[in-house]
Amino acid sequence: MEGVAQLRRQLVDYLTSLFQEGFLDNQFTQLQQLQDESNPDFVVEVVNLFFEDSERLLNELTKALDQPSVDFKKVDSHVHQLKGSSSSIGAQRVQNVCIAFRNYCEEHNIEGCLNCLQQVKQEYSLVKNKLETLFKLEQQLLAAGGSVP
Amino acid sequence: MYQIPADPHDRAGTCKILPTKRGIKADFARTNSDLLSGSVQNQVFSLFQLILRFEHQSQFVELKFAVGNRRCRCYVTTEIFTIFQLGAGLMMECNCIEPQWAGDDLLMKYQYISDFFIALAYFSIPLELIYFVKKSAVFPYRWVLVQFGAFIVLCGATHLINLWTFNVHTRTVAVVMTTAKVLTAVVSCATALMLVHIIPDLLSVKTRELFLKNKAAELDREMGLIRTQEETGRHVRMLTHEIRSTLDRHTILKTTLVELGRTLALEECALWMPTRTGLELQLSYTLRHQNPVGFTVPIQLPVVNQVFSSNRAVKISPNCPVARLRPLAGKYMPGEVVAVRVPLLHLSNFQINDWPELSTKRYALMVLMLPSDSARQWHVHELELVEVVADQVAVALSHAAILEESMRARDLLMEQNVALDLARREAETAIRARNDFLAVMNHEMRTPMHAIIALSSLLQETELTTEQRLMVETILKSGNLLATLINDVLDLSRLEDGSFQLELGTFNLHAVFREVFNLIKPIASVKKLPVSLNLAPDLPEYVVGDEKRLMQTILNVVGNAVKFSKEGSISITAFIAKSESLRDSRTPDIFPIPSDNHFYLRVQVKDLGLGVNPQDVPKLFTKFADNQLLATRNSSGSGLGLAICKRFVNLMEGDIWIESEGLGKGCTAIFIVKLGYPDCSSDPKLQSLPKVSTIIRQTSFPGLKVLIMDENGVSRMVTKGLLMHLGCNVTAVGSRDECLHLVSQKHKVVFLDVPLTGTDGFEIAIRVREKFAKRHDRPLIVALTGNSDRITMENCLRVGLDGVILKPVSVDRMRSLVSELLERRVLFEGQ
Repeated sequence: MEGVAQLRRQLVDYLTSLFQEGFLDNQFTQLQQLQDESNPDFVVEVVNLFFEDSERLLNELTKALDQPSVDFKKVDSHVHQLKGSSSSIGAQRVQNVCIAFRNYCEEHNIEGCLNCLQQVKQEYSLVKNKLETLFKLEQQLLAAGGSVP
Repeated sequence: MYQIPADPHDRAGTCKILPTKRGIKADFARTNSDLLSGSVQNQVFSLFQLILRFEHQSQFVELKFAVGNRRCRCYVTTEIFTIFQLGAGLMMECNCIEPQWAGDDLLMKYQYISDFFIALAYFSIPLELIYFVKKSAVFPYRWVLVQFGAFIVLCGATHLINLWTFNVHTRTVAVVMTTAKVLTAVVSCATALMLVHIIPDLLSVKTRELFLKNKAAELDREMGLIRTQEETGRHVRMLTHEIRSTLDRHTILKTTLVELGRTLALEECALWMPTRTGLELQLSYTLRHQNPVGFTVPIQLPVVNQVFSSNRAVKISPNCPVARLRPLAGKYMPGEVVAVRVPLLHLSNFQINDWPELSTKRYALMVLMLPSDSARQWHVHELELVEVVADQVAVALSHAAILEESMRARDLLMEQNVALDLARREAETAIRARNDFLAVMNHEMRTPMHAIIALSSLLQETELTTEQRLMVETILKSGNLLATLINDVLDLSRLEDGSFQLELGTFNLHAVFREVFNLIKPIASVKKLPVSLNLAPDLPEYVVGDEKRLMQTILNVVGNAVKFSKEGSISITAFIAKSESLRDSRTPDIFPIPSDNHFYLRVQVKDLGLGVNPQDVPKLFTKFADNQLLATRNSSGSGLGLAICKRFVNLMEGDIWIESEGLGKGCTAIFIVKLGYPDCSSDPKLQSLPKVSTIIRQTSFPGLKVLIMDENGVSRMVTKGLLMHLGCNVTAVGSRDECLHLVSQKHKVVFLDVPLTGTDGFEIAIRVREKFAKRHDRPLIVALTGNSDRITMENCLRVGLDGVILKPVSVDRMRSLVSELLERRVLFEGQ
């Protein structure tokens, strides 16, 4: 029981820290609420889908911004998608960078866009790591016999 | 008799020249007499000419004659002859030596040379003429020139040919000479005749030239004048510009003086303004003095009157008081002085073309002085300039005055605004304070009231002694009374400050009446008062209006009827008010005109109770009116009930009044209110609506078939999860075509994710709507958007969406939104 309680506490602390540092926002909580017996792996599924989607989008963005003449419309639509996805799961920091990214797109500012792309990639990898860590903790807790809060 | 020397060429013979009365007779004696022609011998020759020619073997002698300046030669035989002096005093000397250029010959030589030069000159003149005429483009008399040229040329030719005739010459030469002379004569006569015509023309040309020169001189003068005027005009414009470029009174006047001084090179320029009293003119501005001492002159001076009476600039004497600005130095002659009036316009008198009749007739005086000791005079154009400037100054001053006025007015308004604002805020604060108070009091008061009433009624249920029961009943009654009072006060205060709004809804009118009837029946039966209810058959069952307040009103009126009747019956009638019945109402200010959408309900409650004194009727509807009737009875009634009813009835665009024939004769309370007909299509729904409309919020929607369209995979999944959590049967699609393909009438709701920019999602909505032409079958279309601005809302409304939900949405919110959507079939909410 000690282990489970400790694991639980660890999980809760970790999750709280994620919220406090702004990696996740309320939307993630909503997602967690949607998870129930009929849909036990809802959050994991959504997050994995998010990872796939984002990776694809980031590749597309890199390619698009590498072009000698950048098609800002395409870039904008990709960023929009990314923004939508990140807001759907509550990846707050990614979402914020996307907003800035879109502004640069509107101004047709390539420098700004490239900067933002870097930032987005950074934020995405950060949040990905965090979420993966979170899921691992959850798995550990479940394996130890506890229940996810 | 002269002896003529012999020809060195060996001539022989003698010639005797004898003067006769008629001329000269030449007598020849020859050795060869056949040399002489018979015509020559013994012939008398004229003085002019004696030419004897012998062509035979050069045996001749020359005879030379000088007649006047004509010389003549003749050749005769070698003997010398002498010629006598003729009777006319003519001396003739003859030297018959041919090549001898003696004294006579000098003259001849000069003649020769002169003739040559004459000829030269005569030939060169036409050349010159031709040359110059060719150079000049215009010469109208070419023909004359030709003639003249010919004339000259021939003269020259004549003279030239003359050169040959000095010596003995052949007949050809003589012929040529003669021809030339004849031609010359002809041409010169012709030219002379032509000149008779030409010379007057040429003279007239000359006259015209002179005339033109005069004209040119005159035009020059006029040009000078115009230029001067133009200068003046420019000065005026510049002056005006300077004057009008500022709206400050002081600057305007100062600038005027400075500019005038500069333009007209004045010595001094001064402005006298009328004082407040209007009796004096005060020296306000001068050009040279920086701070004029307050000279004043009375306004009634003759010179001042003279200037004020005309709108022109008037020359005044330099010695008059207004012009005597400097101490007189005595030595110099002061320059001419001109004064002009400057109208000070009242704001309301500002007419554009209509200076003369000014009601206030306030003028300022502008005095201008030319430099002394100069001989300058005031010219007309300068005077005009001064007049124009004076007018402009008047206009500029009035503008400045208007500006000042408007600034003042604006400042005043601003102050007033600030004060009003403050007052408004205070009033608002007061109202808010009152409302807060009421709200608090309302709650605070109701809570204990609730406790009192509830517990007292509970207490009533328990075992009590009669005494106790009585006490509890009293407590209950008082509690109810108090509760009613509290409610009434709250209602009234809400009604008073106009923040009250009717809650319109569709309800069952008949049911309302029935309920009132049911409520009042027990009380009435206790008092043994039969109550009857008559509803007109054409009274609609379902109407639109404020059910609660209508019931309250009816209840109040009926309650009053019951309260104030000791005996008799109470009848309640309700019917649709027709125009005729409306006319006899006591309220002429309502003109109820029933239309398709609404009708007027008339309710009459008649009782045979105490009645009311007709004089007291108006008082009934005022709040807290001291109604003696109420006071005499220990009835429960605050004075508020009817007042509140009146307010409600007025809000329903109707009226309420009481008719009574007097005390003890009962009274009838009548009110008319406007109610609406409900919409036909919502009829079926009404059947399913419960009598009391309370909205049941569903917690889950089992089996509710919905369709989600979202292009973003993650977002789609989240929304799907959300709806599934709420129990819906969710179909999720990622593209528009799939959406159109899959949507069917089984789906109750379609959720469309609308991107922030663009209106693509709306197209889908239109397509889906088109797919389902029949309204009640079609699924509800709701947009999910992150954009909350008005434009998106308007677009949604425009394309006919049934609802808009703002992202992000939580589970609870989604739950309540969906239930509201299903309930109302429309959902437009803000964030």
